[in-house]
Amino acid sequence: MIPSSFTYKRAGSAEEACDLAAEYGEDAKYLAGGHSLLPLMKLRLAAPEVIIDLGGLRDLSYVTDQGSHIAIGALTRHHDVEHSDLLAREVPLLAHAAGQVGDPQIRHRGTIGGSVAHSDPASDLPAVLLALDATLVARGTDGAREIPIGDFFQSLFETALEPGELLTEIRVPKPAGAGWSFQKFTQRAIDWAIVGVAVQGGRVTLVNMGGTPLRAAAVEAALAGGASPADAAAHAAEGTSAASDIRATREYREHLSRVLVSRALTEAASRA
Amino acid sequence: MSIMGTRVIRTEDPRLLTSGGVYVDDLRTPELNGAAYLSFVRSPVAHARITGIDASEALSEPGVIAVLTVRDMDDLAPPPPDSGEGPSEAPAPIGGVWMEPLLAVDTVRYVGEPVAVVITDNRYQGEDAADLVSVDYDPLPAVVGPAAAVADETLLFPAAGTNIAATHPVPTDDAPFEACEVVVEQDIVNQRVACLPMEGRATAASFSDGKLTVWHSSQNAQLCRFIVAGVLGMDPAQIRVVVPDVGGGFGAKVGIDRDAIVVAWAARKTGRALRWAETRSENLVGMTQGRAQLQHVKIGGNRDGRILAYRIDVIQDSGAYGRIGLLLPSLTCLMAPGVYDIPEVQTGFRLAFTNATPISAYRGAGRPEATAAVERAVDLFAAEIGMDPAEVRRRNFVGPDKFPFQTKTGALYDSGRYEEALDKVLAAAGYDQLRGEQRRRRASGDPKQLGIGVSAYVEITAADAGAGETAKIEVKDDGTAVVYTGSSAHGQGHHTAWAMLVQDELGIPMDQVTVIHGDTDLIPVGVGTYGSRSLQLGGSAVHKAALEVKDEARHQAAAILEAAEADVVLDTATGLWQVRGDPDTALSWAQVAGNTSGGSLIADVSFTADAPTFPFGAHVSVVEVDTETGQVKMLRHITVDDAGTVLNPVLTEGQRHGGIAQGAAQALFEEVLYDADGNPLTSTLADYAAISAPDLPSFELASSETPTDLNPLGAKGIGEAGTIGSTPAIQNAVIDAVSHLGIRHIDMPATPQRVWTAITEARKVSNQ
Amino acid sequence: MDSDHRGTESEQPVKVDLTVNGQQITADVEDRLLLVHFLRDVADLTATNVGCDTTSCGACTVLLDGESVKSCTVLAAQASGHEVTTVEGLASDGIMHPVQRAFHEQHGLQCGFCTPGMVMAIVSLLKENPHPTEEQVRIGLEGNLCRCTGYHNIVRAALAAAEVSS
Repeated sequence: MIPSSFTYKRAGSAEEACDLAAEYGEDAKYLAGGHSLLPLMKLRLAAPEVIIDLGGLRDLSYVTDQGSHIAIGALTRHHDVEHSDLLAREVPLLAHAAGQVGDPQIRHRGTIGGSVAHSDPASDLPAVLLALDATLVARGTDGAREIPIGDFFQSLFETALEPGELLTEIRVPKPAGAGWSFQKFTQRAIDWAIVGVAVQGGRVTLVNMGGTPLRAAAVEAALAGGASPADAAAHAAEGTSAASDIRATREYREHLSRVLVSRALTEAASRA
Repeated sequence: MSIMGTRVIRTEDPRLLTSGGVYVDDLRTPELNGAAYLSFVRSPVAHARITGIDASEALSEPGVIAVLTVRDMDDLAPPPPDSGEGPSEAPAPIGGVWMEPLLAVDTVRYVGEPVAVVITDNRYQGEDAADLVSVDYDPLPAVVGPAAAVADETLLFPAAGTNIAATHPVPTDDAPFEACEVVVEQDIVNQRVACLPMEGRATAASFSDGKLTVWHSSQNAQLCRFIVAGVLGMDPAQIRVVVPDVGGGFGAKVGIDRDAIVVAWAARKTGRALRWAETRSENLVGMTQGRAQLQHVKIGGNRDGRILAYRIDVIQDSGAYGRIGLLLPSLTCLMAPGVYDIPEVQTGFRLAFTNATPISAYRGAGRPEATAAVERAVDLFAAEIGMDPAEVRRRNFVGPDKFPFQTKTGALYDSGRYEEALDKVLAAAGYDQLRGEQRRRRASGDPKQLGIGVSAYVEITAADAGAGETAKIEVKDDGTAVVYTGSSAHGQGHHTAWAMLVQDELGIPMDQVTVIHGDTDLIPVGVGTYGSRSLQLGGSAVHKAALEVKDEARHQAAAILEAAEADVVLDTATGLWQVRGDPDTALSWAQVAGNTSGGSLIADVSFTADAPTFPFGAHVSVVEVDTETGQVKMLRHITVDDAGTVLNPVLTEGQRHGGIAQGAAQALFEEVLYDADGNPLTSTLADYAAISAPDLPSFELASSETPTDLNPLGAKGIGEAGTIGSTPAIQNAVIDAVSHLGIRHIDMPATPQRVWTAITEARKVSNQ
Repeated sequence: MDSDHRGTESEQPVKVDLTVNGQQITADVEDRLLLVHFLRDVADLTATNVGCDTTSCGACTVLLDGESVKSCTVLAAQASGHEVTTVEGLASDGIMHPVQRAFHEQHGLQCGFCTPGMVMAIVSLLKENPHPTEEQVRIGLEGNLCRCTGYHNIVRAALAAAEVSS
């Protein structure tokens, strides 16, 4: 219930955050909205000695139109992504999905950057950003770099971020077509996705079918080859490694992926 | 006009809504100033011998005052050795070789079993220090689930020679079934669930000048005092138990359990006032859980719909210790035939220990299990003979002219109108239209199928009617009244209801009536709130006390007015005493009370009833099943729950709503799961699928009041009825939604995985 | 109360400065002190309850700068410099807030333990969506568990409060 002791540091700027991270090294973790990290710390599954609070970095919370893409500050809360008029117009998939994360209280605190950096395979936004072919911007003490989303999620809870690197921005290209869908299968509204599917145009991604968000490559290839949604969806589970847990067996997850991809493709087509 | 039966909103609410309830962990009472904090070290393994406890690292942590184990309990009767012989006043009703210690002796038998306590200056330090107490465990094989238990391969209590604590053998006479045209058998799982009150267990204790005060989140302070006195070897007069606001109980907070007794003991042992409030993770392994039966049912009858024989054989999972003895499966067997007049009823059970959290009462306590079994059996029979399940029920009800009705299992149903309840609920649901919609969806091959589930139930409330309940009313010389009740509300609204009774009987306005419960210094004798007993026994006690106060007041008023008692009347509309027909003689309650030597009118009574009462009802559940995914959505839930005369419909509806939700939770969502080593898999709310607002529709409640003669209020108990009726209706609805695929049974909870598996299996069979 | 969460001598406490129900509170506390414990033990406002340890149940819901948050998953240090409203701060001059009154009139509470969190969640929900449908209310309460009421009257209370406020 109570985290083990740590030292709290509040960063006043992104630069200061990186400097603090460099100073404390492995002993430190960034704290954004805190709704991935604090729950782990309260169960003592994580016990960093130093917490660097990014909550004061208000200049990293924004949603702006950059012409060919939308730029979203990493500390933009799910609530603000959900209610962004700009995203509702330009990237409705992302606005909609952000509204499915957790519950209203969680969405008032959790951030898009925090969710992506934490990279829980059952979380929604990583797969959505993968479907949107987003680019992530990270900064370290050496400067900033861009990371294509396809390179970002490496394995279970492991991303391309180097130690001390801070996600600052997510760049989402404005989608070419209007067809999108987000299918999140849960038993209860509050649950993490048992399986989820995101579709944006010809890109189809899967939530919780492996240690990272996955492209449903076989589905995409079938679609590109002219297959109908139903026929393409039959390939949904190919190349996946879904877990079996108390909510679902692997076999059931594979079945759900096929059903949800079919529904997602049909819905996306109705919007296109 | 009488206030009885009218809608009255609660007197409890303003305080709860503005400054909040005061639960044990909120207490700021001076006796707890400077209290230290107690944390438990709990077993992380399901079954093991303890080979060593090393507290040295913990003891060197900041703020640690003490680390205590069973070895420190030298002020109690000797702890039970592993063979289980020990003091007879232990908190478990099953003693002897199954004895449950306060802190583990040499063996742990469930994950979460308390092994040691750490006492620290504050709560945060407690969690740090508890992590550092090093306990060495030598693991033993875990007995997981009641089927494994009865196999007796690994024994929890070797000295007992078996895991089966008690057997009531089920009759094996098959002749009544052989005489039937149709017989159906089914294994049914009534799964283990967590009680999950929103407030977990919490206790505080202070020992000074030989007097022990215990604040405990409980359903009955007086039973707590009795238990603590016995275990700690104290005179009850030296113990005060205070029950403040309680954040839900549902049966799991009856009396006081071993963890809380340890807090009381530790306060005496250390001389420090102590506080303890468990975390939710502790609660989900440490608080007793509910249900957990394996059932085998056999039902036989004829194609005309008449049921002739019913057998139920129960294996009751007791968990690691026997907290409630044989009560749950005994009640299941008692209520086995439900609302049906079945000529031959055979019941039996075995009670078996497993390496899991101990089982005890949970909303319905044995009766939901009985109802779920017979309602499944009736639907299975209906499916076998191809008859509508509502119609089958109608052909087997105990008729309205048969009451009081003695069942084959020994229950005496006081009153009931079972067919009328069914008719009412079917009409309210629009049953025929629903069946029409179902037919349309089946014909069109709609992937979203409609399921309609019916249940009819009867249940036993105030099963311990003879234990009764107490009430004391004091009318003071300022005209206000105080009611001291042995009942112990934890959300039921007794303060409102008892004030209504006083206003109705004595004409003292509700806002002049204070109700007090839960303090053994003020109410030394009381029985408590569980088993849906409080209105019929506690309310009747208040009513009885009111009548006695009224008699005493009449006597006093007559003296003041120099009139004959027979000529003195109370106008309950105004609360004034007067000589009949002479308003100029009017006296207030204040004046009458002031005329007594003590300055107040007091009546102190207990009320017992001759027998339990039997509320009944019928539910219809409408669900939608997505046959492509197995997802179940509750569309509607319609009920008749008849618990006799309704005192306050607001309170009754609230009990029905809450009951329905917990019943739905068992049918669709909740299950306590263990892995093969006895490790709990659902020990946080992230994993345990507690039912939430979007999972439920609004409920449709129809009214029905069939009074009982067994108490002056005509009341039966409503608290558990909603749960008992809802679970089987919803389970039956899910199966009904896919019955056209040949599916006859799906165990609870009907999760998407389980429903999908049933559909997939059925499709394989039909493709063969 | 419970020792004042100052931590041990080996750790530097962190200084926090928040406004709670309109009152400024400054204190030196342990870095790891959760906001819910700050409210209960330092500010002595015990209406907000702890119901779980996995951010699931919502009993601890308060408003942080006017928006609902689960105070068990916010550090007091994170809230420093911000405004917190608890249920104790809703009524003014003894007059209940419309949501509180609606709970009373609709029998939206039984044991009362989930109620403060439930009320604050609904205050926030109605601020963002003044005219919700029943479904929107239910989904909006997905993060708030109640074991007593079956949610039926809580939903009615939310809808009644929305009606009154319009």
